[in-house]
Amino acid sequence: MTSTVADRPELALADDALILSHRLGQWAGHAPVLEEEVALANIALDLLGQARALYSELGDEDELAYLREERAFRNCQLVEQPNGDFAVTLVRQLFFSSWQELLYGQLTSMPLAVKAVKEVVYHRDHAEQWTLRLGDGTDESHRRAQHAVDTLWRYTGELFQPLPGLDVCWDAMRSGWEKRVTGILDRATLTVPDGPQHGGWAAGAGRQGLHTEPFGPMLAEMQHLHRSHPGAAW
Amino acid sequence: MAETRTQQAQQAQQAEQAQRTQQAERLGRLRELAGAVPDPELPFVSLAELGVLRDVREAGEGGVEVELTPTYTGCPAIESMATDVERVLREHGVPHVTVRTVLTPPWSTDDISAEGSRKLAEAGIAPPRATGTGPVTVGLGPTRTAGDGPEAHAGPAAETAGPEPEPVRCPLCGSAATTLLSRFSSTACKALRRCESCREPFDHFKEL
Repeated sequence: MTSTVADRPELALADDALILSHRLGQWAGHAPVLEEEVALANIALDLLGQARALYSELGDEDELAYLREERAFRNCQLVEQPNGDFAVTLVRQLFFSSWQELLYGQLTSMPLAVKAVKEVVYHRDHAEQWTLRLGDGTDESHRRAQHAVDTLWRYTGELFQPLPGLDVCWDAMRSGWEKRVTGILDRATLTVPDGPQHGGWAAGAGRQGLHTEPFGPMLAEMQHLHRSHPGAAW
Repeated sequence: MAETRTQQAQQAQQAEQAQRTQQAERLGRLRELAGAVPDPELPFVSLAELGVLRDVREAGEGGVEVELTPTYTGCPAIESMATDVERVLREHGVPHVTVRTVLTPPWSTDDISAEGSRKLAEAGIAPPRATGTGPVTVGLGPTRTAGDGPEAHAGPAAETAGPEPEPVRCPLCGSAATTLLSRFSSTACKALRRCESCREPFDHFKEL
C-alpha cells in the first residue's frame, strides 16, 4: 500500500462506512423489535456497499479492511463509538447520516456519492423519525435520548475538519448540518448541548488515525477471522 | 483495370457491411440472453425488466463485456447476477465474458420497465411510484406531548414537501389505505407496509 492511498480522502470515507456498518451489524439478534433488526441490518448493508466500492477504487478491499492496524484507519471517532442503548445508536445515526447526506450531495463528481446519497436519505429519515419518537416519547425514552445527544455531541466537531482532496465547502457543511440537526432536536423536545463539539485530547483526531478506546477491541473482533484464516471463503 | 478496382472496393465494402450487420445481430441476441437472466431475489423479473443491464459489447476475440448496475450500492445480488450472466453467455458460445459493475448514472426505480412493475405487483410487491420527491416522511404515532398527536410532527418537512404523493396501493386488494410498518424490509430495496382494508402485510419496492 502506498502512502498516496493512505492520504486519499476516499479512504477516510470508506473507513467511516465500514466501521459504522460493523457497529450496526452488532445489533443483529439484539434489536428491540424485529423491524428494527431488519432496518439496522439493511442500513449496515448499504454502508458496507459504500465501503467496498470505495476500497475497490483504492486497492484490494480485503487488505484495506482487514489487514490495516488501528492507527491506519481514518474514520471519524463518531462512527466507532459503542452502540450503547437504542437511543445512542439512533442519535449516532442522526448525526452521521445528516452529515453524510450533505457531504455526498456536494460530491457530484464521485460516482459512489451520487449513487449512495439516495440511500442515505432513507437512513437519515429513519434516524430522524426515531429521534422524534424517542425524544418526544415517554419520560424514560426522553431521558435516554438526551443522554445519547449529550454523550455523542463531542464527536461531531470532527465531521467538519476538511478532508484535503475533496471539493467541499466545509463551512456550508457545518452550518447546514447544525441547522438540520438542531431543528430535529428542537422538534424532539431535546436540548442541544452547549458544550464543545470536541472532547479532550483524543476527540477530533480519528482522521489522523487517533482513535478512542473502544475502537481497538472492535477492530480486533472485525479482523480476527480474516487474519486467522487468510483467504477463507464459504 | 479501374473498373475492377472499383468492383473490388465495393465487394470489400459489402463484406464489411455484412460483417457489421452480423456482429450487431449477434450482440442483439446476446443482449437478449443476458437481459432474460432472472433476478436472484425476485426471480419473476428479468435483469432487463429491472433496468440493471446497461450494456453488452464486443471485447475482442469473440469475447463480450457486460455492464451491470446495482440497484442498491450494497446489494449482494449483483454478484450472483454477474455469475448468472457469465454462465448463460458462455453456454451460448461466448469464449470470454467480462462483467463490470458501473455506478454512473445511478440506478433509479424509474428504470424498472412497465412490464417489470406489473410482474412485481402480480407477485404481491407494490411497485415503486415515479420518483422525484425522495422518501415520503410519515409520522410515527402518539407522542409524549399531550394533545398534539402525530400531526404535530408533520412540521416543516411536510409543509415543504409539495403535493401529496399518490398512495401506495395494496397489491392484493388494491386499497389505498396502507400504513408504513418499516422503512426497511426483507431487502434494502423494499419497505414493509400493511393494508388497512384486508389487513395483509406486504412489501413495497421503495422509490430510489
